[in-house]
Amino acid sequence: MASLKDLKNRISSVKSTQKITKAMKMVAASKLRRAQEAAEAARPYAERMESVMAGLGSSAQDTPGSSPLLIGTGKQDVHLVIVATSERGLCGGFNTNIVKGARAHIEKLLAAGKTVKILCIGKKGYAVIRREHKDRIIDLKDLSAVKRLAFADAQPIAQEVLAMFDRGEFDVASLFYAKFQSVLVQVVTNQQLIPAPLAELADGDIAADALGGAAYEYEPDEASILEDLLPRNVATQMYRGLLENAASEQGSRMSAMDSATRNAGEMIDSLTITYNRTRQANITKELIEIISGAEALK
Amino acid sequence: MTDTLHLEIVSPERLLKDVEVAMVVVPGTEGDFGALPQHAPMMSTIRPGVIEIYETEASAPEKLFVKSGLAQISDTGLTILAEEMIDLDTVDAAELAANLAKAQEDVNAATDDNVRGLAETELAWMTALSELVS
Repeated sequence: MASLKDLKNRISSVKSTQKITKAMKMVAASKLRRAQEAAEAARPYAERMESVMAGLGSSAQDTPGSSPLLIGTGKQDVHLVIVATSERGLCGGFNTNIVKGARAHIEKLLAAGKTVKILCIGKKGYAVIRREHKDRIIDLKDLSAVKRLAFADAQPIAQEVLAMFDRGEFDVASLFYAKFQSVLVQVVTNQQLIPAPLAELADGDIAADALGGAAYEYEPDEASILEDLLPRNVATQMYRGLLENAASEQGSRMSAMDSATRNAGEMIDSLTITYNRTRQANITKELIEIISGAEALK
Repeated sequence: MTDTLHLEIVSPERLLKDVEVAMVVVPGTEGDFGALPQHAPMMSTIRPGVIEIYETEASAPEKLFVKSGLAQISDTGLTILAEEMIDLDTVDAAELAANLAKAQEDVNAATDDNVRGLAETELAWMTALSELVS
């Protein structure tokens, strides 16, 4: 049985752990609010971009000679999987879930005989994926120096991806990230970046709504505008994904730290009970010793 | 029937402007154009240049420098999607000169076409900006 001193030490150590997790939860909560605001602020741009793309894209999709960013290279052989995870740990199942999703996708592609290249954004996912797919990882983008995600952070990554596409290093690119739904729910999402997934957009009424049915004048012309827009759309989608990811990370961390704080509280309670019982047992034992000693002297 | 133009300027990070104005002059790729209320629907890409926003017909224009973007005029107004934007009043001449020199250097130092392309865009942008400031 643990001595009183040991129990006391354990209680105080759990208490200080609880203080840390509580502080982390609070920090995550305020960061989450900021990340959510950023994600919300980025929405108008992405939405407008989407509507313009949908409007322009649906008409250009059937035109031969459109940009390969829109219609693809005609092949599906080499896939680039971009896995966006966090730079820090202690955020519950956040990274595990994304990596799990990405891994299932990679496995499926490999089973289908495709070549897979992986681009990691964030150290945490890299560490896990490296174990299995070391040769397939082409790069790791470290965003740990970034405090507040700006468009300027996403743009260079997008540009690099586009440059690789231009050199014909892959045919299809998709981005794995966690979409923020609530503090408790983050959905791992596989978003296709290249070729632009216009089929989904054009399906709905978005395309029709986007241009309001009006006859537009184009300057210079539809094709050139689209040409200009497509690379920017990739950067926008990537930025959006990273923002969602940042919000999800904080949300996930917040709930993880919340349950850690609660667990620590429960642990402290049960340890305190053990401590009190042990102390009482010791007192009783000493009393019995004194009494029986006195009895023996009679 | 409205006699003002609804202007929205959106950057990837946030909605920068959402106002009613009298006129906006946009630097389109094929030439500047002025957008007045009830302009016919059109879409144009934007070259590096200055967007002039006239809040009322008589007021002095507010000038914003954009790097690139897309202008869309629809029934609901003018929407400008722009990645980078600078308020002309906040530009520091010395800093700009340094940036310009650096951009020039980047172009000279570029080894492959891709990097050079990027650097050249940057340079064109800087040059346009410095011409405006001086």
